Amino acid sequence: METLDLSFLVPLFPLLGFAALVVAGRKLGDPLAGWLATAAVGVSFVTSVGMFFALLQLHGEDRHFTVELFDWVVVGGLDVSASLLIDPLSITMALFVTGVGTLIHLYSIGYMHGDERFSKFFLYLNLFTFSMLVLVLADNFLLAFLGWEGVGACSYFLISFWFTRESAAAAGKKAFVTNRIGDFGFMIGMFLLFSAVGSLTYAEAFEGIERVSAYTASAIVLLFFVGAAGKSAQLPLFVWLPDAMEGPTPVSALIHAATMVTAGVYLLCRIAPILDAADPAALTVIAAVGALTALFAATVACAQDDIKKVLAYSTVSQLGYMVLAVGSGAYVAAIFHMVTHAFFKALLFLGSGSVIHGMHDEQDMKRMGALRKWMPITWATFMIGWLAISGVPPFAGFWSKDEVLLGAWLDNKLLWGVGILTALLTAYYMSRQVFLVFYGAERWRSPAEAGVADKPELTDPEPVAEAAAHADASGSHGDGHSGADPHGSPWVMTVPLVILAGLAMVAGVLNLPFTKGTMYLEHWLEPSFGEALHPHSVPGSEKLVLALIATAAALVGIALAYATWFRRQPSRNSGLEPGVLKRAWGLDALYGAAVNGPGRLVSNWLAFVFDRRVIDGAVNGVGGLVRGGGGQLRRVQTGYVRSYALGVAGGVVLLLLVVVGRVIS
Amino acid sequence: MSIAPEWYLALAAGLFTMGAIGLLIRRNVLVMFMCVELMLNAVNLTFVTFARTLDDINGQVAVFFVLVVAAAEVVVGLGIIVAIFRRRADATADDLHLLKG
Repeated sequence: METLDLSFLVPLFPLLGFAALVVAGRKLGDPLAGWLATAAVGVSFVTSVGMFFALLQLHGEDRHFTVELFDWVVVGGLDVSASLLIDPLSITMALFVTGVGTLIHLYSIGYMHGDERFSKFFLYLNLFTFSMLVLVLADNFLLAFLGWEGVGACSYFLISFWFTRESAAAAGKKAFVTNRIGDFGFMIGMFLLFSAVGSLTYAEAFEGIERVSAYTASAIVLLFFVGAAGKSAQLPLFVWLPDAMEGPTPVSALIHAATMVTAGVYLLCRIAPILDAADPAALTVIAAVGALTALFAATVACAQDDIKKVLAYSTVSQLGYMVLAVGSGAYVAAIFHMVTHAFFKALLFLGSGSVIHGMHDEQDMKRMGALRKWMPITWATFMIGWLAISGVPPFAGFWSKDEVLLGAWLDNKLLWGVGILTALLTAYYMSRQVFLVFYGAERWRSPAEAGVADKPELTDPEPVAEAAAHADASGSHGDGHSGADPHGSPWVMTVPLVILAGLAMVAGVLNLPFTKGTMYLEHWLEPSFGEALHPHSVPGSEKLVLALIATAAALVGIALAYATWFRRQPSRNSGLEPGVLKRAWGLDALYGAAVNGPGRLVSNWLAFVFDRRVIDGAVNGVGGLVRGGGGQLRRVQTGYVRSYALGVAGGVVLLLLVVVGRVIS
Repeated sequence: MSIAPEWYLALAAGLFTMGAIGLLIRRNVLVMFMCVELMLNAVNLTFVTFARTLDDINGQVAVFFVLVVAAAEVVVGLGIIVAIFRRRADATADDLHLLKG
């Protein structure tokens, strides 16, 4: 038990790193500040591993440990303490947050090298890691909400890290505002839960929810789902995530692929007992939204030219898978996919960062090509990420996606079909990306070859700050090529790639579906979900057929991409990339029009009519009334003694009348 | 033979009314001041009358208090009036309306 009492150290180290960087970040500078931040998260990871083993020594049912730190909010019936909940689920999250976080910190040392605000970047990264750990380790909704808002704020800081660029600043604002909508869902859900159950602690809430009607529970679940949809970029609140790619690539990898965006899925898994108490229709809503998001984002990803935009929409799509799994009641599958996705998507993002870095800040895939010769390590690791996300056995993504699809199959055959279609599209757009970037002709040599010379620039140019930063890096890694040729990346960038590639390859062993004995993750997470986890027994043959269908879908997707994109000179605006998909089905424009049209009208009315006339009117009216009344009353003060005397005399007469009247009656 | 108390009261009422009206209609500060004294003494007369009629010494005690207060008031009031006349020769009460709102 004493070991687990030390679990407060897990979030403490990144906090200390943050504090140290606040005080001495500038002095430490480049690259020492980066190493300090990396060490802080690394030590936190080691501590998490220690906690994991400490937890492993307990028996299954006892793996539930609360560490009370201090009383936090005690107001009336509300009594919230800052406590950490150490159980298999939270430790799993802490492990992969700190593990992937450490690798991405390490990578950032290379990627951000030479940036003016190098130490500030790591300061934010450490603060983010701390907030994320608070979010996953909290034992009550309020503390989790603190972390929830903390990661949101860090996300905002980091998306608009290069705030001198208009688009980055706008993307940060968009992410913040969109997340705010979700946050309101979280808050109202929290209020409703408190009024229904009277406690915000997970354990007490789960106990109390059994006494609450299914309708109330459904309302709570759906409100929390609004919060999750905001954070995890589900329809209709996904619009901020593709724009969030304006941030530095390590940020996209850490926050907008591996960790923060999974917070919504984590929250839904955390409140699995409440989901269990809710009406099944609520779960169907969640599953349907997840499946639709997965399909929607996958179609959009097929038509993007920006290497990071493809991955961004792919992230939205994969998050849709996780939400689908949650809605189907397959919580373990959701967490499993979350972990494997963290590995392969972080790998893909870091790989794309390496490509962008090597291509001197080029993000347009149509200006790339044949990069496998120039950056072999990036190529090899990217290939593994590609196979993993496409769902090719035996890579990690196959196993986890298979679990998700199995969960969907058992819950709703239609949604399973959507999932399979999405799997096909996933394989297609990822293969398209790989072929465009790493194969084909060396299109960066002459833009005209790619048929892009006469077309307008589709991707935003990278910021001057980054270009300057990388000009330095490219100088030192030029290794004999001419300036325009791509170059490999330094070891701090390739080592994380290799480690993540290894994980993306083998992470499937966490939960192999052959026998009960090999489903380690399910067995491990079982105590966290308790009765919410409905055991299913599917015959092995059925599982095998489902897996074969999924694999076939993946292979068909890859084959389609091979037929259409391999060796072919890509052109812009071909039939393969309908404009409607490029524009994300016009949803962004629709939101823009809604906000700009009716939204602006309403806001203008509120600002210039309601606020000015009614709110200001009331305030100014009270002032005017007092002023006017005073203006009239001041005439009473004539300054003539006789009029005062008359007043006194009149008053006496009045008093006399009253007294006499009383005496008489 | 003694005079009935009603006469005293009537006299006091008459004096009081004269004082009050004088205060209201005159402009000369000194005259207004005398009117105040007139009202005070009218009240004193009622006090004494009732003290005799009701055979209660408290009424006469009250008169002494009024006399003392009136004396103090005369000192302050005359001081103010002298100060005013030092600055301007022909001040009426209506000229002194600096506290007009």
